[in-house]
Amino acid sequence: MQGESLIVRDLDICATPPGEDEHTIVSQINFALKPGEVMALIGESGSGKTTIALAMMGYARRGCRIAGGSVQLGETDVLSLSPVETRALRGHRVTYIAQSAAAAFNPSRRLMDQVIEGALIHGVMDRQQAQQKAIQLFGELALPDPEHIGNRYPHQVSGGQLQRLMAAMALITDPALVILDEPTTALDVTTQVDVLRAFKRVMHERGTTALYVSHDLAVVAQIADHVLVLKAGEEQEQGSVAQILEQPDHAYTRSLLAAARPPAQAPISNKHRTGEELLRIDDLQVGYGHCNRRGEPDNIVLDHIQLRIDRGQALGVIGESGSGKSTLARAVSGLVAPSRGAVQFNRREISPTLRGRTPDQFRRIQIVFQSADNALNPAHTVRRLLSRPLETYFHMNRDARQRRIEELMDLVKLPRTLLDRKPRELSGGQKQRVNLARALAAEPDLILCDEVTSALDTVVGAAILELLAELRRELGVAYLFISHNISTVRSLCDDVMVLYQGKCVEFGPCSTVLNRPQHDYTRKLIGSVPELQPGWLEACQWSTHTQPSTVAV
Amino acid sequence: MRDSLFGLVLGRLASSLITLLLVSLVIFAITSLLPGDTAQQVLGQFATPEQVEALRTQLGLDQPPLLRYWQWLSGFATGDLGRSASNGMDVIQLVNDRLPNSLLLAAITTVISVPVALIMGIAAAMRRGGVLDRTLNLITLSMVAVPEFLVATLAVLIFAVQLGWLPALSYVSTVDSLGAFMKVYAMPVLTLCSVLIAQMARMTRAALIDQLDSAYIEMARLKGVPPMRRVLRHALPNAIGPIANAVALSLSYLLGGVIIVETIFNYPGIASLMVDAVSNRDLALVQACAMIFCGAYLLLVMLADLCAILSNPRLRNR
Repeated sequence: MQGESLIVRDLDICATPPGEDEHTIVSQINFALKPGEVMALIGESGSGKTTIALAMMGYARRGCRIAGGSVQLGETDVLSLSPVETRALRGHRVTYIAQSAAAAFNPSRRLMDQVIEGALIHGVMDRQQAQQKAIQLFGELALPDPEHIGNRYPHQVSGGQLQRLMAAMALITDPALVILDEPTTALDVTTQVDVLRAFKRVMHERGTTALYVSHDLAVVAQIADHVLVLKAGEEQEQGSVAQILEQPDHAYTRSLLAAARPPAQAPISNKHRTGEELLRIDDLQVGYGHCNRRGEPDNIVLDHIQLRIDRGQALGVIGESGSGKSTLARAVSGLVAPSRGAVQFNRREISPTLRGRTPDQFRRIQIVFQSADNALNPAHTVRRLLSRPLETYFHMNRDARQRRIEELMDLVKLPRTLLDRKPRELSGGQKQRVNLARALAAEPDLILCDEVTSALDTVVGAAILELLAELRRELGVAYLFISHNISTVRSLCDDVMVLYQGKCVEFGPCSTVLNRPQHDYTRKLIGSVPELQPGWLEACQWSTHTQPSTVAV
Repeated sequence: MRDSLFGLVLGRLASSLITLLLVSLVIFAITSLLPGDTAQQVLGQFATPEQVEALRTQLGLDQPPLLRYWQWLSGFATGDLGRSASNGMDVIQLVNDRLPNSLLLAAITTVISVPVALIMGIAAAMRRGGVLDRTLNLITLSMVAVPEFLVATLAVLIFAVQLGWLPALSYVSTVDSLGAFMKVYAMPVLTLCSVLIAQMARMTRAALIDQLDSAYIEMARLKGVPPMRRVLRHALPNAIGPIANAVALSLSYLLGGVIIVETIFNYPGIASLMVDAVSNRDLALVQACAMIFCGAYLLLVMLADLCAILSNPRLRNR
């Protein structure tokens, strides 16, 4: 089957949240694609991207309803089909690649069964043909051991492989339209390049029409022909990729572009760089499992880590998932005890575990986690969340607390009217600000930031980064800033440490390491970040197959 | 995989043995704390102190408790469950008379209640929020809420007294044909089912809905997988763990917890045997019954865990 044309007219989608009245979440969406073209839907979370994409399959999530408009795929009017006809369409002529392949694969069934299920249900081919085709697709998508990978279960393959397996699942029926819902968002940059390349080639060869949902303009620039910019369920702007990137009409598009191109900020003035040592780690080793006779654990997560952070300084830690970034923060905060080496804070060795630390040491080292949703108690109001550290560390009375809470809200630029709300009544960015304010309430010397902007939209994330830089200037607080995103590290940190498989492969001032990387892995990491120009993907030379050595240069 | 599974079963059996030992100790301690003793109970209120003392010596009750526990334990380990203090019969004989009845009642109830509960739970989960779901919800809630003695009494009033279809008492010894068998068991099984089905159906529904909300079910839906296949092939295998545990907990109730049903229908099962033993301070019999209940419970829970492990490739292949 070749790609078919897709015409969407006046699409409206309504939602009915529990206990509320129905309201429109997507209104008046129009676009048209010729066979083989790729349209990107761009926007922040909650802008209705996924809702629109799912409507192409005649599907609305629980509590939502497609209220009006039409979706014309080739000769078919998708929204007027009966339930049985819709079922025949899904997984056959229109297929879907979900954001989190890890969640979208059934954990208890073999991969092959799931990949070919669509082809079997719709009677496109018999089991043997389907398996052959799947194996061929596995090969085309550059999966290792295409003959046998289908016999495994989802938990036995990596995230990048799962994402490609899901592409095979979507392409096995040679669909007329493929919907890709943030298919690379959950992947490391180094893996993303490979997956994007595989997607692009396979879709190009088949002439598949595609709808690509993403919040990342740089990724979209590589894969799409047209872009539709969305905000709050409404179209802001629509045009070709080149036009959107070069001559954006709408202010919102420009703000998206600005957030995606962080200014190569000059290093923050050295006013606070007192040269006074705050945190020092010598030859740290952290691992899990039983320890052998020499005291080395079975699985070593971090090894030979050395670092120093001065007062008011920011150290960025970058690396892909599984490189031990978060474990470093956990070791510094005392959540996990190192198997070798010690943490020196304020020139004094501190206890490896929480048990031996004094309240004052707790106060001075605060941690801010990636997901504010999980870190903030959903039953407490913002006021209560911020009072807790004030009571615990400073034993403040009611009035003093009240004043301090208001100061803190000003500091993180949140209106005081939010004080009596609960976390679920706040937006993602507001929650992360509360999370940060709670850490600041302790008046810490060092804040461990673990991927604090990763769960946020680019525009919101950029604002949080700006806030972090400002707090550092004003309060002289030091950061251990963990991120997989190089541009955020570049814009905030003085020094940077590159972790690869638990070892530090490069360490030094940001400007030196990121502009003139010495180690292969650092080069690969930097080279894998998509750039905001079409054709970058083809020019990019890095792939997972070029494995850098772990030996430091 | 086979090795690790074998190791797991061995480990569970070992910990089950320790649990049984602890339970026997607790039961022994509790029966020792009960006011009055076996000799007093057997001889009645008007016995002279000399008579009581003689019986105590005869039964070995004058020995220190630890020694008595040790004697019981070593006997138990060698298969000698001891003698009933109240009527002098071998405990093994008493249990042998009653246990098959209890197992039969439990088996019939299981065979009926488990499939019905699973079907009700699955149907409710598939039609979540719909009329069927709400109706089933109402039914199961009222089944849970109404105490079983009320169900049993109402059943007797309706089927035995008013309609006269079924005998009010379950004389197992009168069973000679399939018709008679069904008449005798209809009401006890009905009463037990009404409680068990409700519990299991609700747990099944909850476990399934949990899975039906997951991303992989949405994915199956977007692949065009029909609803029935979505539930049976995609969701159910992932819900087996919690469902098996709910079923095991409910079924373990069928041995020890059926005292009310046994009493109302005068059914000669093992639960009423234990209650009699407690009121007679018949230590050996109490211990034997407690061991049976506890052992059955541990066995069921272990089977449920095995089901959960075998249905989950993550645990299975570790």
